[in-house]
Amino acid sequence: MKKVTEGLKAVAESVALCRPDVISAYPITPQTHIVEELAQIVADGKLKCEFINVESEFSAASTVLGASAAGARAYTATSSQGLLLMMEVLYNMAGMRLPVVITDANRAVSAPINIWSDWQDAITVRDAGLIMMYAEDNQDCCDMHYQAFKIAEDPEVQLPVMVNMDGFILTHAFDPIDFPSQADIDKYLPKFKPLDFLSANNPRSFGLMGGPDRYLETRYAMAETFKSITPVILKAADDFKKMFGRYSGGMIEEYRMEDAETVLVSMGSTISDLKEAVDTMREKGKKIGVLKIRILRPYPAAEIKQALSRCKRVICVEKAISLGGPGILAAELKSAIYSNANKPEVSNFIIGLGGRDVKQDHIFELVEKAEKGVCETEFIGLDMKLVEEMDK
Amino acid sequence: MTTQTAENVKLFNSGHTACAGCGLALAARLVLQATGPKVIVVNATGCLEVFTTRSPQTAWGIPWIHSLFENQAAVATGVEAALRALGRGDEARVIAWGGDGASADIGFGGISGMWERYDDVLYICYDNEAYMNTGIQRSGLTPFKGHTSTSPAGKVSLGNMKQKKNIPAIAVAHGLPYVATATVAYPKDLERKVKKAMEVRGPRYLQILVPCPLGWGHATSDTISMSKLAVETGLNPLFEYIDGKLATAMTVKQKPVEEYLKPQSRFKHLFRDAAGAEQIKLIQEIANSNFAKFKVEAVK
Amino acid sequence: MVAKRAKNILIGNPGTSLANKTGSWRVFMPVYDKTKCTACGMCSMMCPDGCVHGDKIKKYDPDYDYCKGCGVCAKVCPVKCITMKEEQK
Repeated sequence: MKKVTEGLKAVAESVALCRPDVISAYPITPQTHIVEELAQIVADGKLKCEFINVESEFSAASTVLGASAAGARAYTATSSQGLLLMMEVLYNMAGMRLPVVITDANRAVSAPINIWSDWQDAITVRDAGLIMMYAEDNQDCCDMHYQAFKIAEDPEVQLPVMVNMDGFILTHAFDPIDFPSQADIDKYLPKFKPLDFLSANNPRSFGLMGGPDRYLETRYAMAETFKSITPVILKAADDFKKMFGRYSGGMIEEYRMEDAETVLVSMGSTISDLKEAVDTMREKGKKIGVLKIRILRPYPAAEIKQALSRCKRVICVEKAISLGGPGILAAELKSAIYSNANKPEVSNFIIGLGGRDVKQDHIFELVEKAEKGVCETEFIGLDMKLVEEMDK
Repeated sequence: MTTQTAENVKLFNSGHTACAGCGLALAARLVLQATGPKVIVVNATGCLEVFTTRSPQTAWGIPWIHSLFENQAAVATGVEAALRALGRGDEARVIAWGGDGASADIGFGGISGMWERYDDVLYICYDNEAYMNTGIQRSGLTPFKGHTSTSPAGKVSLGNMKQKKNIPAIAVAHGLPYVATATVAYPKDLERKVKKAMEVRGPRYLQILVPCPLGWGHATSDTISMSKLAVETGLNPLFEYIDGKLATAMTVKQKPVEEYLKPQSRFKHLFRDAAGAEQIKLIQEIANSNFAKFKVEAVK
Repeated sequence: MVAKRAKNILIGNPGTSLANKTGSWRVFMPVYDKTKCTACGMCSMMCPDGCVHGDKIKKYDPDYDYCKGCGVCAKVCPVKCITMKEEQK
């Protein structure tokens, strides 16, 4: 059934359909409506669930960690500073192989304090051991959540999954959303059956210290797991399509790339902007397409290598920056295509940080620049008058 | 010779790697003897966690989890919530366990949150009065004028400048139904308090003073006598607050603080000169005020 | 099963520390004189390593596999029936 819903509330309704046993969260813009709505759903008796208010995101993550270790399906949501405050817990949660689902409403990181959208928060935790999914639109985002629990809890995976949605651009947008029925979701996502959990009937110790004699093997096992996750992610989407009729999945997505000489690469809602610009440029005869990175971790290197084997030019459009380092998407992408016989040139641009509007003209501008020569971490959309004033 | 069989696995087992004479290892065993097997322990990073669970071995015979240094309270909240949500509320009670650093310093915000939520968790702070696991650094529960590696005595310093943070009082202020202090020299008192705490629903706080031969600088055989002297001098009064009111306080014959301070190398700088003697007078005042506060009359 | 393997490293089975014989640490060993022992159980109650076992009839013995030789039992014994002697190795 379709109904027009705000992005965050749509996520809340989707999460409720997944029947989490424990939810814990702390308010932070732009995420807050998710947990407000979930709190209301629980308060109205529509979802039987322990909703735990805590004093910080650090404790929210710790509470869902404890709940998951005790065998519960657990969920939390956050943004920006909140995600960074969770960071220590996220590494621990992943290391302990706890299948918690986390929504991050992507937002810039202070200073200066800024509540608007970019990817800096989640990008900063990309090495923690979370599976990271990026939604292009709100239907995609809702569908990702059903799949996220299924992927996280798969016996071969047992890792936390983070679903990323761009703050405000998606979170506060109203769209018609197709919600599955509870009965269908119950079929798609049966009750969580943990492999191991804290129990007085099987009194084991969780979270042991691992010295130099065992730590390496622990991390190796995680790295090996990440190599085998892709089929689980693909299957979750295939099963979803069989049941609900729409495909919402894949590691990457190609748009108008069949004969493209230039390919724009990005993630999240930016993809919609790029697709629109590509349609315009295609009308003018430019052979250009878009490659969406839908899953950032595990990094779809093989898929990217294959997808970029024919083009001449790749342009990464990034909403996060590694200060003093190379473009984040560009660096990973370059390593993925390094062994291709035909290596395209790779440019990358920093755009839209802190909620700065990404205009169609900006996209035309960066394509034009990249066509003249390779650009490295070049900023697009700067207010040069303001930059000059800042020098005075 | 003991080998591991299902019959001889206890709630808390030998073979852990605590230092010889560790007061904390003793406390852990005594607490679990009092609770029985139907508990889940959430343990903060620290001595207890490190010396009991070096992978793949564990000294615990009850379900146990360690996550981080400062999230034991919130993890305990999550475990407790999960048991309720999954209809397993009768299976076990939850105990969160952290050292003085994890409790008074780095994990304090989480503990306050847990108390305010009124979660059904017994929080146990094992107080060895410094960060012993990392090599004896000062914590919020390091005693006045105690030498630690980050509050060293030197030419112009006589050790830790601050008094112990009063966590039991803060616990009472949160409206906890049960708050108590204990120490290993009085195992029956400790056992009674653990059992009492387990009878109560809601958040409970138990602070157990555990001598650390390495950090305090006393003989390994003196663990029990140091624990006893801490009480007898009035520096670590043993009491219970039930529903916010002082319910019991242990009666002891008061001894001068020197008897407690002198055998410990962490206080040896106080016995060098007149400046040290002045500090001992201040420590005696702390002890005297504890005696007055808890109405611990000297036994004739 | 890779995920399972990772978990196995992080999860311990109850009481597996018993495999770790900490008695090798000992410098002084407690020697119990059972003729004086009144079987009060104080040594067993106060042992930081939980390695003194016995009962009213058998009286008490330390398990030298685990005893680290801290001397707490000798100190707390009310009838002073435990002496600490240098370990002969």
